[in-house]
Amino acid sequence: MKAIGIILAGGNNNRMRELSDKRAIAAMPVAGSYRSIDFALSNMANSHIQKVAVLTQYNARSLNEHLSSSKWWDFGRKQGGLFVFTPTITKDNSLWYQGTADAIYQNITFLKNSHEPYVVIASGDCIYKMDYNKVLEYHIAKRADITVVCTTCKDQKEVERFGVVRMNDDGRIEEFEEKPIVSSYNTISTGIYVIRRRQLIELIERAAQEGRHDFVNDILIRYKNLKRIYGYMTEDYWSNISTAEAYYRTNMAFLEPEIRNYFFKQEPAIKTKIDDLPPAKYNPGASVKNSLVASGCIINGTVENSVLFKDVYVGNNCVIKNSVILNDVYLGDNTHIENCIVESRDTIRANSNYCGEGEIKIVVEKNERYTI
Amino acid sequence: MMKKEMIAMLLAGGQGSRLGVLTQKVAKPAVAFGGKYRIIDFPLSNCINSGIDTVGVLTQYQPLRLNTHIGIGIPWDLDRNEGGVTVLPPYEKSTNSEWYTGTANAIFQNLDYMQQYNPDYVLILSGDHIYKMDYEVMLNYHKANKADVTIACMPVPIEEASRFGIMVTDETGRVTEFEEKPEKPSSNLASMGIYIFSWPVLRDALIALKDQSNCDFGKHILPYCKDNGQRLFAYEYNGYWKDVGTLGSYWEANMELIDIIPEFNLYEEFWRIYTKGDIIPPQYVAADAVTDQCLIGEGAEIYGEVHHSVIGPNVVIGKGTVVKDSIIMRNSVIGENTVLDKAIVAEDVVVGDHVVLGCGEEAENVLKPAVYAFGLATVGELSVIPDNVKIGRNTAISGVTKAEDYPGGILESGQVIKAKDGEQA
Repeated sequence: MKAIGIILAGGNNNRMRELSDKRAIAAMPVAGSYRSIDFALSNMANSHIQKVAVLTQYNARSLNEHLSSSKWWDFGRKQGGLFVFTPTITKDNSLWYQGTADAIYQNITFLKNSHEPYVVIASGDCIYKMDYNKVLEYHIAKRADITVVCTTCKDQKEVERFGVVRMNDDGRIEEFEEKPIVSSYNTISTGIYVIRRRQLIELIERAAQEGRHDFVNDILIRYKNLKRIYGYMTEDYWSNISTAEAYYRTNMAFLEPEIRNYFFKQEPAIKTKIDDLPPAKYNPGASVKNSLVASGCIINGTVENSVLFKDVYVGNNCVIKNSVILNDVYLGDNTHIENCIVESRDTIRANSNYCGEGEIKIVVEKNERYTI
Repeated sequence: MMKKEMIAMLLAGGQGSRLGVLTQKVAKPAVAFGGKYRIIDFPLSNCINSGIDTVGVLTQYQPLRLNTHIGIGIPWDLDRNEGGVTVLPPYEKSTNSEWYTGTANAIFQNLDYMQQYNPDYVLILSGDHIYKMDYEVMLNYHKANKADVTIACMPVPIEEASRFGIMVTDETGRVTEFEEKPEKPSSNLASMGIYIFSWPVLRDALIALKDQSNCDFGKHILPYCKDNGQRLFAYEYNGYWKDVGTLGSYWEANMELIDIIPEFNLYEEFWRIYTKGDIIPPQYVAADAVTDQCLIGEGAEIYGEVHHSVIGPNVVIGKGTVVKDSIIMRNSVIGENTVLDKAIVAEDVVVGDHVVLGCGEEAENVLKPAVYAFGLATVGELSVIPDNVKIGRNTAISGVTKAEDYPGGILESGQVIKAKDGEQA
């Protein structure tokens, strides 16, 4: 591959509600067995990008733990590898990352010391599969300065969360509006960019000199008339999880056979850290319908239309419906949970009742755990 | 090379012919167990959990699956700069070359491997038992007794003792006599095939008996050590230990994992069993599926009914199918409206629609009555079973079978089909 990768994983979003209290969005568990950043990382590895930097800032403990070894994504190589950059105090700078462009600027040495001609920039909070080589080919064919991967936003209400673009017939981006309150367009940026490495260094350094810190506003939008910025359309599955509702919806999407097949059965596979958990166990009384169950779970109750992450214990006579139960949750006997996201490592007392009405309820319950 | 206090030598070269078609293409230690594991995961995990980071794995029979499984030992944290796991196949020498002809002969041929770590103790293990054991406790016992050889033993019911190698000990635990499969056992302490040797004792015995044909630990090395006045001690072990050498015991050990609180508990935080987990996605249980008392591995898709069974990773069980008291290993696909009753289905098998696997009265197997017994229907890996056939009990099937292999659509109890091999998917 002729490119290096940068994954922006520092962000937080208050629309994640309590879910981002303890971790960066990129570290959110997804689809039973994965974490959000696995998708970007696996896409990089599957596109034969061998050198990847992950830029973290917000609440990175979970994320750092997940990335503690690069072997799971096959980045443990002599050439290249996985680099995790958190903000540090240096001779010239003692500030946090003040924006996406600043995050890259503070680690510009990584770019300068590389020799690959291109850079793929992705974010850690999107669920998709993509061969970045295809984007790179397009980028070269269009003689673009920056290529932005775009998709069609199916839900007009969601458009306000994204950068909205309008392209001309050739694919060149003519209008780019970041998070508009109202927009008549529904082509949105996925936050995946391809750019020549030297070009990126130049733009980032100039932005830094001018005291500008945001990649979208201060580079993409500011330079859109000066530089050749192209849009690469993809209509494959792509989902950004950075609100609690979108997070819930994305997990539930994996109950659909097409999406499950696309991610779980079709090559190339998404890789993640291996946890060495035993197979899931169904005891007498277990009744599971239309649900995903990860390894290490022990089920004694009823589970319907739900996603159970790793190591979940479901007690006797529990009823779990339309819910996402994150990893290592203990649900005491006779518990009823409906339309909820249950935060990881929760311990729910027996006979509890949690029901989301109108919106998804996020359950955070830290009780002492009784052992089985 | 850094000195190691104790290294382990794991004997994994045996075929395990009593597992029939299950070991037709793989060595017994590589046979799948308990949904996602392979048998060798248990001794390997015991090693790392006991603090042993240098393990030689001796392979001989059909080693491909074993080699790819072990790799450089990453899943067991045995990828080390010093030590770690080393696969030791038989090799050609300048003067002669021979296969491993016996358990002790295999170890003898790897004297150089052991010598380079200059160990104080060598632990001899076999790769075909299911158990959790802290070898460090056993080593402490060995040291406390100033023993030369310590043999792990297990009390067995006295009426079964005649199936085992029996140790007779004095009150201190020192072995005074062996009885190999005695008719009238004078003790019920059965050897588990796990030994700790003080290195010089092992080295000298192996060299002294190097010309012994089929040199074996139980038959030759232990008697030699005892006759030379070495201190042999029996280490009594009272936990769960299962030799999964026959289809019956293999099936039983799998079924025991399904108990609500199994005697052999894979869910304990401490003493985790590690394996190469290359299948990641969660399993999917469909809207009209039944999952009743079972273990199911990663990535499996269940559309039918599963009762009291162990299902491996990536297995697909079709709509309307009923699986009962069965073991299905990874990547196998079971069609729709099929019935499996007391069946063992190996890896990468395809079973068609409307099949009945395991039906009718038991009958003695025509080919190997001692192997294909226990009322089980056993299907070897990469086999294919066509639609609409009925298969009896104590049967074995391997290879790609077609409808014409089943006269009248039936394979009677006690029959065997060996068809042409399937291709690796």
